[in-house]
Amino acid sequence: MKIQGKVWKYGDDVNTDVIFAGKYTYTIKDRAEMAKVALEDLDPEFTKNAQAGDIIVAGKNWGCGSSREQAVTCLKERGIGAIIAKGFARIYYRNCLNEGLPIIVSPEAVDAINAGETVEIDFDASEIRTAGGKVFKFPPYPEFVRGLIEDGGLIPHVKKSLGISK
Amino acid sequence: MGMTFAEKVLGKAAGYAVKAGDVVTVEPHFCMSHDNAAPIAKTFKKIGVPKVWKPDHLVFILDHAIPAPTDEHAVNHKEIREFVEEQGIPHFFDVTSKGGVCHQKMCEEGFALPGLIIIGSDSHTCTYGAYGAFSTGIGRSEMAAAWATGKIWFRVPESLKITVKGKFNKGVSAKDLILKIIGDIKADGADYMSVEFHGPAISEMSLAERMTLCNMGIEMGAKNAVCPPDEKVLEAIRGIEKTNEWEAIWADEDAVYAKELTYDLGELVPCVAKPHTVDNYASIDEVKGTKIHQAFLGSCTNARIEDLRLAAEILKGKEVAVRTIVIPASWRVYRQALDEGLLETFLDAGCVITNPGCGPCMGNHEGILAPGEACISTANRNFKGRMGNKDSFIYLASPMTVAASALKGEIADPREVL
Repeated sequence: MKIQGKVWKYGDDVNTDVIFAGKYTYTIKDRAEMAKVALEDLDPEFTKNAQAGDIIVAGKNWGCGSSREQAVTCLKERGIGAIIAKGFARIYYRNCLNEGLPIIVSPEAVDAINAGETVEIDFDASEIRTAGGKVFKFPPYPEFVRGLIEDGGLIPHVKKSLGISK
Repeated sequence: MGMTFAEKVLGKAAGYAVKAGDVVTVEPHFCMSHDNAAPIAKTFKKIGVPKVWKPDHLVFILDHAIPAPTDEHAVNHKEIREFVEEQGIPHFFDVTSKGGVCHQKMCEEGFALPGLIIIGSDSHTCTYGAYGAFSTGIGRSEMAAAWATGKIWFRVPESLKITVKGKFNKGVSAKDLILKIIGDIKADGADYMSVEFHGPAISEMSLAERMTLCNMGIEMGAKNAVCPPDEKVLEAIRGIEKTNEWEAIWADEDAVYAKELTYDLGELVPCVAKPHTVDNYASIDEVKGTKIHQAFLGSCTNARIEDLRLAAEILKGKEVAVRTIVIPASWRVYRQALDEGLLETFLDAGCVITNPGCGPCMGNHEGILAPGEACISTANRNFKGRMGNKDSFIYLASPMTVAASALKGEIADPREVL
């Protein structure tokens, strides 16, 4: 799988409250509606202009704070292709796998990538390629994690493993 | 080579010896959900399994927005009641005088027990480490999958050992310790790790204080946080255990840690976490005099009877200068505060007391801030927009510091009023 997209770049310790505000956790129930308020308290530009296929590049500890899965769902539904960060908070990391949103830990790539540039991620070759021609390798997902992503997230994965077809 | 708490508990559940870095699949003893049980139930139904794996292993506790402040919340609660009925879930705490904040109830009601594995669809599930449990927060999809399969995977975490010695000086409490630790090691300082609290000062601490420490483990990125299952724990759980599967498990003396830290309580001073991150530590001297518009004494971090007593001692016979919201952690705490005369003290001081629940902590109701306003709060998060408005400011502090600040209308040093 290969994806290519424009980069939105953020700093360290971006928490789930600014990705998807707590006040919406019980008032916005529709997945597509969640996408409309993504990053509202962090970057209104993103909320207005992010396009399907765009890529988020961030510092350490992206997604710290609450366990709210909507902080992943809102980006997935917005069509974000992947998140590259120096690190992820653990619940957020699991939520990404469970929602089938690809995430990559690569501090070197984060330092080299600029906001607004277009980068390519080649998951088969485990490579990030920047507009300037730089290439960063990242470790492939462990086998069972790859299964989750390939099945489109945890729920389809569980259905498959339980032999439930629809 | 010795084993850490996490290695022992996860190894026992997996049925074979494990070490940090291994991935295990285990059966959780309890699965806790609050108001988000409704969306989880919807996801569960998508899986296509008719019944949850073990109804008595699920615990539902309404707390995030109770009684329902909007029709959306009301529908949410209704869906939970219907699911409870349909699935025959015995452990359900509805909007009654038996309820309270989910993490408080889990401990009060004997679900939080030594050596158990407890997952919760709330990041502060790590609180039950105060009772020696391995407990951690997960997302909604993962909880739905756990209801269906009775299984969850964990990477066995590395461990961070924090040894605490010494005694608190006047006006300093467990909240000041945990804010200091997070300020030192930062919001990602314990990412993915199991945090173990050791040392004579932890033994001295009440379970309420230990809950404050473990509750905020997530604010430094921890998977779980835990204190030794000592006599105080065994005494507290006697007769209320919801299962006999528990076992007092603790790390070996020669366990191997990724990192070790030591704190001396005698060196701590009252402090706050400034907006907008929990690791933005400031000693009270640095922020004294900062204007506030609201004070909040509540949340799963600091609203137990011990916390209310500390605040009441400061507020007794005086009057608050700003609106002050007091929310006991559970109705049991509320009743005890009533019996001890603490509620009267709060009322006389001009505080507003609301029903137990999460209140304004994550911006649902009962104390939302306006743009430009600042709140001093005993809760655990001060993220931008957390209390409902992105242009407001939250300072996290101990019950004593919050009470002292409420009296002055500005951030104040509790040592000056004790």
